[in-house]
Amino acid sequence: MPDLTPNIGAFASIAKEDLARVFQVLQEMGYTLLGPTLGETAIVYDEIEGVDDLPIGWGDEQEAATYRLRPRNDTAYFGYTLAPQSWKRFLYPPVQKLLTLTVQGETFEIDGNAEPAPRYALIGVRACELRAMAIQDRVFLSGHFPVPDYRARRQRAFVLAVNCTEPGNTCFCASMGAGPRVGPGFDLALTELEEIFVVEVGSELGRQVLSQTPWRPAGAFELQNVRRALAEAEQHMGRHLDTSDLPDLLYQNLEHRHWDQVAQRCLSCTNCTQVCPTCFCSDVLDQPDLTGQRTDRLRVWDSCFSLAFSHVHGGNIRPHTRSRYRQWLTHKLASWIDQFGSSGCVGCGRCITWCPVGIDLTAEVAAIRAEV
Amino acid sequence: MMKPTTAPATPPARNGPMRLYPARVVEIKEEAYAIMTYSLVFDDEGMQRRYSFQPGQFNMVYLPAIGEVPISVSSAPAPQQPLGHTIRFAGNVTRAIGRLRVGDVVGLRGPYGTAWPLERLRGQDLCIVTGGIGLAPLRPVLYHVMQHRADFGRIFLLYGARTPSDMLYTDEFDSWERQEINLRLTVDRADESWRGNVGVVPMLFYQLRLDPKKTSVLACGPEIMIRFGIYEALARRIPKEQIYVSMERNMKCGVGFCGHCQLGPAFVCREGPVFSYAAIEPFFGVEDF
Ligand SMILES: Cc1cc2nc3c(=O)[nH]c(=O)nc-3n(C[C@H](O)[C@H](O)[C@H](O)COP(=O)(O)OP(=O)(O)OC[C@H]3O[C@@H](n4cnc5c(N)ncnc54)[C@H](O)[C@@H]3O)c2cc1C
Ligand code: SF4
Ligand code: SF4
Repeated sequence: MPDLTPNIGAFASIAKEDLARVFQVLQEMGYTLLGPTLGETAIVYDEIEGVDDLPIGWGDEQEAATYRLRPRNDTAYFGYTLAPQSWKRFLYPPVQKLLTLTVQGETFEIDGNAEPAPRYALIGVRACELRAMAIQDRVFLSGHFPVPDYRARRQRAFVLAVNCTEPGNTCFCASMGAGPRVGPGFDLALTELEEIFVVEVGSELGRQVLSQTPWRPAGAFELQNVRRALAEAEQHMGRHLDTSDLPDLLYQNLEHRHWDQVAQRCLSCTNCTQVCPTCFCSDVLDQPDLTGQRTDRLRVWDSCFSLAFSHVHGGNIRPHTRSRYRQWLTHKLASWIDQFGSSGCVGCGRCITWCPVGIDLTAEVAAIRAEV
Repeated sequence: MMKPTTAPATPPARNGPMRLYPARVVEIKEEAYAIMTYSLVFDDEGMQRRYSFQPGQFNMVYLPAIGEVPISVSSAPAPQQPLGHTIRFAGNVTRAIGRLRVGDVVGLRGPYGTAWPLERLRGQDLCIVTGGIGLAPLRPVLYHVMQHRADFGRIFLLYGARTPSDMLYTDEFDSWERQEINLRLTVDRADESWRGNVGVVPMLFYQLRLDPKKTSVLACGPEIMIRFGIYEALARRIPKEQIYVSMERNMKCGVGFCGHCQLGPAFVCREGPVFSYAAIEPFFGVEDF
């Protein structure tokens, strides 16, 4: 181990088995490791104890409405594309207590949720997912009213990103400028080569972690291999989305007949919004105890595909699937840009893979464009 | 792309945006069948002192274990006064509000959203177009205008309700007229006592001679009424930049992240509820958008 620690922006090389040491260092620093692991029929992000929990030697096949685990003929640690659920599940949990209210005689007492935010090390964050976090940061933290629980989780998280060298059939992060190479915002970024990991240092924290691991500066050939693998990945996106005429294409075609066509297939099942790493809509509910003296206010994920979402007295603003799919797609690809300065889509392809009827936003946009 | 009509007031949130403040009902006034005005005062004196709103803004009103709804402030924008909320009992939460008595406590947070652009309206004739509960968020405008009567030209209030007994604030009509607010009332269904107009609100435009150059329109009420009100205003060559509307959408947070209130690029709770029609025109007419 050289005396000097690698600088931010530097590339190091570590032996595959030394990833275990990185995990150990993170655990010693108090992080809970979250990473990819083999679930029953999918690779999922969950709490992991160590390297043995990684889906070593497993990959996945993704297509519209199709997901399949597949054994690889190597021992790649990160040889899959993406898990169904993104990191959103941990940074912006599906159910989050906002406050507890207790009736106290004439009035009531309000306790903000004082539970300390967990300290997660996110292992295996893909480029598209890192971009999705940056997008959610803008949603939750950039306005007048930053969301405290999100901020705490996000600030305390360690991000160990992994460059994507085998994009799936539903991927199009290259079209969205979100991948396959991880952008800024990580602490450490790995690229998996056959024998080693090339590690890019993204932050002071990352530097500290790496300095406690056996490492050496990455060699020229190794860096060349990284570059080559990423360039190749960029050429092998399963999908493509032409963004040149967005958002106007959608704004100008709000009455396009293709919306009716999609509506005939879409089930309004909300899957796409649940798996999307940027979708952020929520509901707020009360969960009273049996006495009615105490109630928790809960923020829960919601979806623009549900009928109640747009309920106002006297009806629903979006009564039909046509209007709800149109809302979702125009939000992702058009109004998001006006609201937050970037597209709401990172091209992860999850909504295509996990749509039970295989609705593919890249194809829907192309169909609208084909007939303007 | 979309600029708020006016800058939102400084955010009151200290302990997170969903923080609620206990507020007490100090007065209940029946306005019409199943519509009451609740005057609320924060339990926390500091909060009551700090709180200020602009006409058109709304609060989130919360009942423990029941739910939370957006309600406009309907009282005068005077500092440290009880906050009036005129509430129509429409469903779950509002009906439960209907069971409140003086002295009961609700949760309150706000004010949120954009306001009617009173500064920009100085010197203008105002044509206020309202239906039903839609008069509530405009009553603070009337109070403001009456206090600064010389700053404004002619003022027309077009107001419609289902029946004469559904009309809000009828006991104040005389004082409004004394301040030269020109009331034009209409109902959908008349009773024996009614001597006025019968029909929809936009029809009342035909009674007026508006000067398009110096008239601004402020509309709030059922969306269909707003739509036809806008057509009438545009037909009289009132520029769309001089037409303001207050929009109603489902709202869960009031601070722009629950996503429920989106209207194209706008979060109605943040870029609205008061919009210049010029800003939302491309989306306003799109069915089910
Ligand atoms: C900016 C704004 C200002 C408003 N000002 C007033 C006012 O001054 N006076 C008044 O009487 N009403 C006002 N409303 C409408 C009022 O918020 C609804 O009537 C109320 O939310 C209905 O809730 P409910 O539970 O009683 O009805 P239900 O129909 O039972 O509603 C069920 C649930 O749907 C949601 N919901 C239904 N309608 C609306 C709605 N319009 N907006 C948001 N959520 C809704 C609520 O969360 C509610 O819990 C305003 C609405 C908005 C958006
Ligand atoms: S819209 Fe689809 S492809 Fe885009 S980020 Fe969301 S889930 Fe991924
Ligand atoms: S597009 Fe697909 S995943 Fe999304 S709601 Fe429709 S059927 Fe469900």
